[in-house]
Parts: sequence; C-alpha cells; structure tokens
Amino acid sequence: MSPAIPRGYNDSTMAPHNHKHDHDHGQDLPSDLALRVKALESLLVEKGLVDPAALDALIDTYEHKVGPRNGARVVARAWVDPAYKQRLLANGTAAIAELGYMGRQGEHMVVVENTPKVHNMVVCTLCSCYPWTVLGLPPVWYKSAPYRSRAVIDPRGVLREFGLDVVDDVEVRVWDSTAEIRYLVLPERPAGTERLTEEQLAALVTRDAMVGVARVGVPA
Amino acid sequence: MNGIHDMGGMHGMGPIEYDKHEPVFHEPWEGRVFALTVAMGSWRKWNIDASRHGVERIPPAEYLRMSYYEKWLTRLMGLLLERGLVTSAEMVGGRPAPDAPKATPPLTAAQVAETLGKGGPYTRDVPAVARFQPGQPVRARNLNPAGHTRLPRYVRGRLGAIARDHGVYVFPDSNARFQGENPQHLYSVRFAARELWGGEASPRDSVYLDLWDDYLEPA
Repeated sequence: MSPAIPRGYNDSTMAPHNHKHDHDHGQDLPSDLALRVKALESLLVEKGLVDPAALDALIDTYEHKVGPRNGARVVARAWVDPAYKQRLLANGTAAIAELGYMGRQGEHMVVVENTPKVHNMVVCTLCSCYPWTVLGLPPVWYKSAPYRSRAVIDPRGVLREFGLDVVDDVEVRVWDSTAEIRYLVLPERPAGTERLTEEQLAALVTRDAMVGVARVGVPA
Repeated sequence: MNGIHDMGGMHGMGPIEYDKHEPVFHEPWEGRVFALTVAMGSWRKWNIDASRHGVERIPPAEYLRMSYYEKWLTRLMGLLLERGLVTSAEMVGGRPAPDAPKATPPLTAAQVAETLGKGGPYTRDVPAVARFQPGQPVRARNLNPAGHTRLPRYVRGRLGAIARDHGVYVFPDSNARFQGENPQHLYSVRFAARELWGGEASPRDSVYLDLWDDYLEPA
C-alpha cells in the first residue's frame, strides 16, 4: 500500500481509510477519492474542526449565489453609466463593491477595458487565481495546463482556439495574475444594443467575455 | 521553486478542453474538498501563500495526473498534518486520538456569508519605500528560490517597465514559510511579448505581471 500523498510531499502521511482491496494507487479511482474525502470530513467533524452545515453553506454559495451573473451586472452598469465606468476603471474594488460584490478572492480588483484597439485576456500561469466575487469559481479549462502554459506565449493562438480572431493591428494584453490582484475584463458593448435595458445587457455578458477569451455577441 | 506549476510558456500540454455546460463541481466530493479547505483555513494555521505552496510541492508527475480538486485534497491533508491539526495516526485510523481535546468553535454556517464577504485583504498599512516609479524600466531578477515564489521563470532576467504601483502588499516568499509578511510595494509590470518570446511574437502584444519590489532591479 502506498501513501495517499505522493512521496516527497510528506513521507509520514497515509490515506484516512483502510484499503480492503488491491489496485494501483498511482491512479486512484474516482470512487476512492469520494471515500477518502468522506473519511477526512468525518475525522475533522469528530475532532470538532469542521461544522458540516458550514460546508453545505460554502458549497451552496458558489453553486447558487456567487457566479458570472455578478460580473455581468458590473459590466452592464458600466455600459449604461459612464460615471460608473470611470469609477470602475479607476478603482475596481470600490466600484464593484457598490453593487454589493466583495470579499474572498475579490479583495483587490482591477478592471481592464477592451476597445477597438486593445484586447485584454486574463490567466494565472502559476495556479488558478480568478476573481471569485464577480465570476465565481473558475472553469476547468482556466485551471488546466493547456491554457495556463500557452496564454502568455501564444495568446492569439489560444484566442483562435476559442473562436476569436484578433486582427494584427489590435494590441493583445495578457494579465498574468501573479499576486492578489484579480482582473476582470470589461468587454466592448456590441453594436445594436442601444435600446436594451441594463438587465437585458447583463443577460448578454458571458463569463468567457469577462476573462477575455470571447466577445459579447449581438442579440439575435 | 522551479516546479511544474510554473507553466507559462511551456509547449506540449495539448488543446484547451472546453466544456460548454460545466457544473461548478463535477462530483459532490469536489465540493466537499473545496468547502473543507475554506473552512479549515478559518483556523488561521496557514496563509494563502503556504496553501499555494502546498499544491506546488506535489511531485510533477502527480501534479499533471491529478485533477484540480485531487490536488486540493492532497494539499489539505499535507497542511493538516504539517500544521498539527491532525496527527498521522488519526489520518491512518480515521478517528480522533482518544485523548485529543475537541477543537472549538469551528466556522459555522451562519458565519459563512460574513467570512466570505469580508475576505482577507493582502494590503498592509505600513510605511514602505517604493523603489520604482510608473514608467521606469526594470529588470525581473534572476532568482531561483527552492521555496515558494510568485516570480515565474518566463520573466526572470527580462526587461519590462512599471505600469502601475498597486501599493504595499504581503510578500509571498517569506509569508509561505511563516517567516513574516515583509510587506513591500507591488507593481504591475509590462513586458513586451518580443522581449519574452523573441522575434516571432507580435510586436504589439505584451504580458503584464504583478511583481514585488524584491523581484525587480533597476534597468
């Protein structure tokens, strides 16, 4: 039996459950992971370190309450209210807090604006830094090796993979989230949306546009 | 550390796998690992930098094989043991030691919204001299610490320019080792794509990184 934590990380650690069967532990089955997590949770609950109801509340928060709709409301407000947009670009954290979005992984927000001349995109090459308060938890592609490795060396190729062709005379700025600053892209408002309400505009804004790997489409 | 996590500029990782209808958590256990990690963080036995380093220390082959939340589980178990919240015997047995005092009070459901809403700002209101000014050319130092750092390999030794001074922030390299916050100025630094990647890169494009005073030298 090999330790659940790979050698070199911490040699004294082992799985929080007793294995009754033999298989290659270099490749834990998903069901094993579920069992290991369950065992760890009950240990921590028994020790008084964790309240299971708090875990439910944390999961509920990011499954149902905090997500890209928050960011979409910020973007739509900036599109309809020039004074708000000015505040948003000058102090992202404060302007986003005006709409009630603040806290964990959104403590220090910077908003970067896409224009006909500049396209911004956000990455975290070192881990998975992402503005939780406005976008929720990051999707798998954002946290995965292909995006993290190539976004900085071949941003235009990555954008093409997302179906976005950026012409040569547009400048691409990649923001690598190496510190605690979290970046939100303010996408360009699509033409033909002059009559839409703020709420209708927010409905057009996608997560991907706010990471900078998509444009906001024109409504059908 | 010069680990596999420092991926900027690597080739061969394959196409981006995009799932159009991706759930927040793919399996219930992923949500539990996420929540356990956040809830255990509220005991303040570690900080965000030590926590990131916990993932970086997963050996490279395992790091690439594991799913995101499997890495989180590995990191959580490591931190619990290293910071003395759980003993090895308890991990193996799955039961608290008979004489272990019951910890109290854990984060409650009622505190979740307030805790998340407050967050944990990383700015520090202490005097610190800004060594660089916006517009100033700077070079990222050629540092190769074996411990945690947020200076990616792909900018070390490269020439950039200060785009903005963010203010004074906790320095991750020392904080991850529990050797103090060492607050210092943090800057947005612009690097031309051609400076980083050579003549094949677009002459217009650039990469911005957030780098601390100690990562930079005058150019």
